[in-house]
Amino acid sequence: MHLILFFLFAGFCLAGAINLLLQSHPITSALSLIVVMTSLAVLYLLLGAEFLAIAQVIVYAGAIMVLFTFVVMLLNAGREERTMGSRSARAVGFPAVVAILAVIATVILKAQGLGVATLGEGLTDASGKTNIEELSSVLFTQLLLPFEVTSILILIAILGAVALARHGSGEPQGNRERTGK
Amino acid sequence: MTILVFFLWSLLKVAVVTVVMLLGIAYTVLLERKLVGRIQNRWGPSRVGPFGLLQPLVDGAKSFLKEDIIPTGVYRPLYLLAPILALGCALISIAVVPFGEPNVGPGGIHFFQISDINIGLLVILGVTSIGVYGIALAGWSSNNKYSLLGSLRSSAQLISYELALGLSLVGVVLQTGSLNLRVIVEKQAEKGIVTWNIFGGLQFVAFFIYLMAAFAETNRSPFDLPEAESELTGGYHTEYSSMKFAMFFMAEYGNMITVGCVATLMFLGGWTSPMGDLMPPPQNILVHAFFPIFWFVAKVFCFLFLYVWVRGTLPRFRYDQLMNFGWRYLMPLAMLNILGTSLWLAYH
Repeated sequence: MHLILFFLFAGFCLAGAINLLLQSHPITSALSLIVVMTSLAVLYLLLGAEFLAIAQVIVYAGAIMVLFTFVVMLLNAGREERTMGSRSARAVGFPAVVAILAVIATVILKAQGLGVATLGEGLTDASGKTNIEELSSVLFTQLLLPFEVTSILILIAILGAVALARHGSGEPQGNRERTGK
Repeated sequence: MTILVFFLWSLLKVAVVTVVMLLGIAYTVLLERKLVGRIQNRWGPSRVGPFGLLQPLVDGAKSFLKEDIIPTGVYRPLYLLAPILALGCALISIAVVPFGEPNVGPGGIHFFQISDINIGLLVILGVTSIGVYGIALAGWSSNNKYSLLGSLRSSAQLISYELALGLSLVGVVLQTGSLNLRVIVEKQAEKGIVTWNIFGGLQFVAFFIYLMAAFAETNRSPFDLPEAESELTGGYHTEYSSMKFAMFFMAEYGNMITVGCVATLMFLGGWTSPMGDLMPPPQNILVHAFFPIFWFVAKVFCFLFLYVWVRGTLPRFRYDQLMNFGWRYLMPLAMLNILGTSLWLAYH
């Protein structure tokens, strides 16, 4: 059962990724990316990482991709124009990319000493504890410092974005509203 | 064998819940028309059947039989995909909602819930956030300025208020320590109305925020700017006709019901009775099974009634007022609520 679902959604994922590259319309590419992300979420779910799966759906498919599609819609981006690259580059390029990615994946797996996850089993050995409880206890004890540093980093990014947006509009927001109406 | 049994049971439950949900949507429309009619001192639909009770069926038949026009300028694949996406997302989230006691059927099957999962609440939020695409794509693929404006307004509104909505639920999750909807309800069930999250859990501020954000999430008055007829001729579904328009319409009412279900589960004790232990549990097995459903439906009905009442009473907000309200008042208030709840929990 799990194996069938795995192949089904892995297939969806690959089909979405290939479609993403082949489509010339930006919005169809963005939608293919959403298919990829939701299929990835199902794969996480099959591995027993339920929280990761739903976070993938909410954050990536729900929030970030909405921004992508918004930008495409608002800019009304036209069809992509393709340059025909050399045929030899294509023949060498794809196998080379596959080889490099395989090497990177193997190195990461070996260097980190990561084990193999099995389909249909939970990620944790602790019985009676949900995925989220385990994850939160790790996040807020062992990984507290990186976690907080990341959140501060995001806060700085938000402040930077606000500063840039305000800088572009010339005079401060309050004045403009008052004089505008 | 067990997989087959599980599969068949799930199929049966999905079929029953889908039919009930669609009927619920149809009769919510009727409820709205009748109630708004009474609020405006007129009768509302009253010709078809006793008290106009067959009106939804006639409306449905009318939508099916109308000519289906696809304008020439639309981007066809997305134009056809958008209403399916909107209605699909509106119907899917009901799958994790528990309606009644965990009665164990044959083979350990939950009768009154399609799937009981640990992340039920997050699934509902996730499906809602995917539902934004239905509206956004509808407006864009219609190739019409009014549609695009409507869908942009709607998507911006959904994204802004989703934050407040999600944050308002965090207080309840903190109190319960679980995202499983069944656990959340059972935690409130001890003494009836006193231990409901809205009173006993001290989450009335959260309930208020949730109520406001839910109105905005479902594009309902007073936050129904995406379909402001006077400005946008109808909003994101201007170019849709016949059954495709009806699908958007059904998605809106389906979302209303879902949001009502979540409010009932999170704040109002779900399927449990407000009397709690004061009333002895009914002896008859059928009554015992269906009494919780009565309470659940009654609570959701109150929520829907409130929706219509507000629609009949309040005028529409202006767009900047809407955004101000969401970002400057609701969201900080929701954060303060989280802070307060965690401090209170830490103190105890």
